[in-house]
Amino acid sequence: MSSTSTRMQGRFDFTHIARWITPGERVLDLGCGDGALLRLLAETRKIHGYGVELDPVNVTACIRNGVNVLQFDLERGLSGFPDRSFDHVIMSLSLQTVRHTVPILQEMLRVGREAVVSFPNFAYRPHREAIAVGRMPVSRHLPHQWFDSPNVRFFTIADFEILCADERIEIIESMNFAEGKLVEKDPNLNAEVALYRIRGKAR
Amino acid sequence: MQAPNAAKNRSVGQVAPQTAVFDAALALKSGAVLPGFTLVYETYGALNAARSNAVLVCHALSGNHHVAGFHDAARRKETLGWWDNLVGPGKPLDTRRFFVVGVNNLGGCHGSSGPMSINPETNRPYGADFPLVTVEDWVAAQARLADYLGIETWAAVIGGSLGGMQALQWTLEYPQRARHGIVIASTPRLSAQNIAFNEVARQAILSDPDFHGGHYYEYDPADRHAAVKPRNGLRLARMVGHITYLSDDQLAEKFGRRMRHGKHRFNYEVEFEIESYLRHQGDKFAEVFDANSYLLATKALDYFDPAFDYAGDLRAALARAKAGFFVASFTTDWRFTPEKSREIVYALLHNGLNVSYAEIDCDAGHDSFLLDAPHYHAALTAYLQGITL
Repeated sequence: MSSTSTRMQGRFDFTHIARWITPGERVLDLGCGDGALLRLLAETRKIHGYGVELDPVNVTACIRNGVNVLQFDLERGLSGFPDRSFDHVIMSLSLQTVRHTVPILQEMLRVGREAVVSFPNFAYRPHREAIAVGRMPVSRHLPHQWFDSPNVRFFTIADFEILCADERIEIIESMNFAEGKLVEKDPNLNAEVALYRIRGKAR
Repeated sequence: MQAPNAAKNRSVGQVAPQTAVFDAALALKSGAVLPGFTLVYETYGALNAARSNAVLVCHALSGNHHVAGFHDAARRKETLGWWDNLVGPGKPLDTRRFFVVGVNNLGGCHGSSGPMSINPETNRPYGADFPLVTVEDWVAAQARLADYLGIETWAAVIGGSLGGMQALQWTLEYPQRARHGIVIASTPRLSAQNIAFNEVARQAILSDPDFHGGHYYEYDPADRHAAVKPRNGLRLARMVGHITYLSDDQLAEKFGRRMRHGKHRFNYEVEFEIESYLRHQGDKFAEVFDANSYLLATKALDYFDPAFDYAGDLRAALARAKAGFFVASFTTDWRFTPEKSREIVYALLHNGLNVSYAEIDCDAGHDSFLLDAPHYHAALTAYLQGITL
């Protein structure tokens, strides 16, 4: 999983994620890019954090940022991590790059007490308009052409919420954004990025 | 990042080994006691006033204290240290910032007490009577050297392969004396296959008619380097070992099925280039290394298993550690696979320790740790730069 470019543009959601993290937590950030979020959380929330990142340039960037980073392939799952070994497991703007969507969500909710997930909303109005004129959308949060995109799953806010219901995943809180601002009205149409705080229902 | 040519010139220059003699007895893990011992070591850079910038470099099976620089300016290339691409001014382990120490381990054959040393009880070389030493014993001896050099705490202990085991062991045995453990291409224990290869190597030496039960030096006391030594056994041992250090892909690329004479000759002389390469490696090694030392080092590898006293639970074994860790493995290393490094990483994670892990894409197999694959040295450089002094 390589999420460099999408991650660089996703930083506005970091401050919102930070609000959900209480000081001193153990945090695992999947697809952590250059470690900017973990660094922010270490500085502002004194967390004990680890990042998972496959791209070697990002791995070195994380180390330079003073962040613990593990060069693991998320497609292999999180089987080495014990149950409930983290307070929060975060996947910021990377869920769309993982092929095994349900297994990784389940793994996040096994390893973490809660999970934080953000993703680009494929049903954002400009994306719909692109499709309407017959082209795949290319935008700030879907910056790649169809042939070189790291994204392998294309889904909407509505799709994600249906999946959560089907998989007995409880949505504790969610926020939606467009152009860095909160979106309240009809997020599936008006939001380009969605941010969720979730946990497993069966407990 | 440095251009390759710039890095080459950043040498610590000409260096000379030093000797430290320890009079106090050392009780070994086997129960044997060394009445005293000698360690040969080299240092690069300068110890700062706070004595907080010392880094210990631990060597692997065939390494020694000569880590960086050269011994002979006229034979610079031939006398270059084994990890010179890592250690020097402006290199990843930067000697402008760190005081770096290399040491030849106990049981070695490059000046530290070992089978070639004189046994004070008999006034003859120890030979096979030199006690078996373990990674724990090496670390205990290295701790004496640290005391001798006035180093209370290492900023880091670093090593590849068997050297990585020592780095890990330091963080367990002396949690207050190693602030960082850098464990590269290593493993928490040898697999049955690893031990099997070591056993083949040992049998090659032990069954050499020139081995004489390990007391071969005495068959020509005038010249123990050149005359009687189990050269064929050691050569075979190195050949089989060397195969395990390289990857199948790398051998295919380097040699393939290339033939020396371009056609089959139907005899046992060198036909394929890989045969020539292996024989050359074996011959070269048999000239410079001692068979008894090789036997000892393979046993130290086999015995290493910090989880052994914890019913096989590596997490429990690593609970003592307090250091920060950098662990690295190489994708084509089939001797100590990335899976083994990940096991160390997960055990460290379990104990809430700071750890970063890089899995380096490099086609050179186990020996990748001695090379300078760009992402490898970049990650290592970043980690070392992040160590506060």
